[in-house]
Amino acid sequence: MVEQVRKPPVIRLGILGWIKVNLFSTWYNSLFTILALYILYLAVPPFFQWAILDAIWVGNDRFVCEWYDEDKVKYRAGACWLYIKVWLNFFTYGFYPDEFQWRVNLTFIILVISITLFFIPNFKKKHYVGIFLFVGYPIIAFFLLIGNEQIGLDTVGTHKWGGGFLTLLLGLIGIIFALPLGIVLALGRRSKLPVVKALSIMFIEFWRGIPLITVLFFAAVMFPLFVPQGVEIDNLLRCIVGLTIFGGAYMAEVVRGGLQALPKGQYEAAQSIGLGYWRMMSLVIMPQALRIVIPGIVNTFIGLFKDTTLVSIISLMDLLLTVFTSMSNPDWMGFPFEGYIFAATCFFIFCFGLSRYSLSVEKKLMVSHHK
Amino acid sequence: MNTNTNINIIKPPKEDLFKSGKFRSFLIQSIVMILVISFITWVVNNTATNMTANGIAHGFDFLWETSWFDIGYLPFIDHTGSSTYFNAFIVGILNTILVALLGIFFATILGFLIGIGRLSDNWLVSTFCGSYIEVIRNVPLLLQIFFWYHAVLRILPRAKNSLNIGDSFFLNLKGLFIPKPIPETGFNSVLLIGILSIIAIIITSIWAKRRQNLTGKQFPMFITSLLILIIPVFIISYLNDFPMFWEQPVLKGFNFKGGFRLIPELVALLLALSMYTAAFIAENVRSGILAISKGQREAAAAVGLTNSQILRLIVIPQAMRVIIPPLTSQYLNLTKNSSLAVAIAYPDLVHVFAGTALMQTGQAVEILAMTMSVYLTLSLLISLLMNWYNSAMALKDR
Repeated sequence: MVEQVRKPPVIRLGILGWIKVNLFSTWYNSLFTILALYILYLAVPPFFQWAILDAIWVGNDRFVCEWYDEDKVKYRAGACWLYIKVWLNFFTYGFYPDEFQWRVNLTFIILVISITLFFIPNFKKKHYVGIFLFVGYPIIAFFLLIGNEQIGLDTVGTHKWGGGFLTLLLGLIGIIFALPLGIVLALGRRSKLPVVKALSIMFIEFWRGIPLITVLFFAAVMFPLFVPQGVEIDNLLRCIVGLTIFGGAYMAEVVRGGLQALPKGQYEAAQSIGLGYWRMMSLVIMPQALRIVIPGIVNTFIGLFKDTTLVSIISLMDLLLTVFTSMSNPDWMGFPFEGYIFAATCFFIFCFGLSRYSLSVEKKLMVSHHK
Repeated sequence: MNTNTNINIIKPPKEDLFKSGKFRSFLIQSIVMILVISFITWVVNNTATNMTANGIAHGFDFLWETSWFDIGYLPFIDHTGSSTYFNAFIVGILNTILVALLGIFFATILGFLIGIGRLSDNWLVSTFCGSYIEVIRNVPLLLQIFFWYHAVLRILPRAKNSLNIGDSFFLNLKGLFIPKPIPETGFNSVLLIGILSIIAIIITSIWAKRRQNLTGKQFPMFITSLLILIIPVFIISYLNDFPMFWEQPVLKGFNFKGGFRLIPELVALLLALSMYTAAFIAENVRSGILAISKGQREAAAAVGLTNSQILRLIVIPQAMRVIIPPLTSQYLNLTKNSSLAVAIAYPDLVHVFAGTALMQTGQAVEILAMTMSVYLTLSLLISLLMNWYNSAMALKDR
């Protein structure tokens, strides 16, 4: 046999070396690179021109962005970010009255502060913050947002709520109520009592098996039929209940994953020192199981947050519907790209940030597992 | 009984009725049962009272009544004002299936391409695929549907100035027009020959596999089956003067006649659904391929398999085992997400039945129950299939 003599590997350094290895390693890679560069050349400069260079940022009305000459021929400048600027208040608060918007801001600031406290490492009293977030905060937020004549805040009906504020609210309420519901359902599904187990499985699989939009139709149309006559359920509340049940069913499966991942020894150890079911679950099992599935919980939350846009189909003024509504305003018609890009960017920043967070948690957990 | 004293004395466990496990579990379950049953009774009672008070009819008789509404887009069966609600139900299901199948087809192709591209050693390609996945996954699907429908498809030209792709595909404000295959006389014989060839291929492959198991000799199966399929079909088609006619869409007046029309709603929905689901499928594909350890490839190379054999016999079968379960749930998600069609008025099940029919009849309970059970049946069927597949494909430990 003829022995082929291999050349020693060439160590490539520097930018040229990087380009050779990462872009032109084989003939088809070179082809792909050239193709990709061509596509980028076709797409990026025009978009940059439209979105930045030719864009309109200041002005008073749409005729800065769009005008007609004597022959009624329409001219368009680049992206009309002025449109976003003009409508930003509506996109943020919906129809919430201007003079009360500080209440929304305050609610939001309290939330940001408590979440920041919660994520400061080495902060010792985290569980108080947690309890506050899940118990105290919803009450405060309720009174601040809806208002109450007795404490001197004018009432603002939920039909006036809207915009990014409503989207955030739906997402947050979804997580605050869906997580406990999910934990209960997951425990039910793992229960040794056949009736409880069967009921939990039926509940979970039912809500996971149908699309969210039918859940929301169900909430909008059927809930009023379910309660005694004369009882009115607020439209927003119906939606929240629908979202919570839907999110809870998905959350249950995530939590169940965590419960199953825990070694059996943890259960047995807890039982052997004489803990009952509830103390075993709350002191030993759940804290560990939930820690394992933080990434899953965050991902479910991202899904739920994106899904809140569906409430616009049953006419709740969330961020998407405010953007959509503004487009049919006769003074500002004709800027759908700007509107949707703005909304998409808002969602992207929020969801992408959360998914990075869940990735970093995942990495940390992997490290601590391998210790 | 003195239950609250004598802590220090160890006694044999007593048969305390209340503390015995069996009794307690019975008690808890009875309480749960009673609570659930009374809740359901309460809800049913309220619903019945409310429906009587509001004069809402009940029962499924409405299904056979005339619906008084038209459905604009009907690739399969007709629905006019004089059709029944049941007909609308069927039309809705068919339209949902249409968009789901097409969406699954495109999402799978795109998803596999992007998932493989994500693993490419070309930095540009993998970065491009990575950013596609991140951007698409983190923007709500409904927003994407709106974007395609209300922004992109709205700037399309009118029928007269359609975007013309190879004189067969036309894209304009009225939708996408594609050629439509129309079988002519003699088509049946071609179809018959095709089916016979496929049967022949199956028999040959069984024979080839058996021979390889016995003697170790390989048989060029791929080329043989291609020949078995192509040659007879081509000959018969030639003898019958190619009995398939592609009806081209032609501009007549202000609109296109002939061909097959995909309405803008369907195009937007398909674009959004397949691009969105493709991002998730790509992630599944990537993790499936990464799950195959390097040792598998090296071992295969060590026993002398060629590169294509390694891919075909070692990597793909193992990667598919990892990919297929999440892939199925993505298909299921796509089908459920196709219900967002209601937002842009594509006549799917939710829009036609849970929307229009519900508004007209007011029979929310029956209609929502029927709609939900369609999706529920589908989900349960697929998860049953999945469980069966998982147990069939699971690694058999010795």
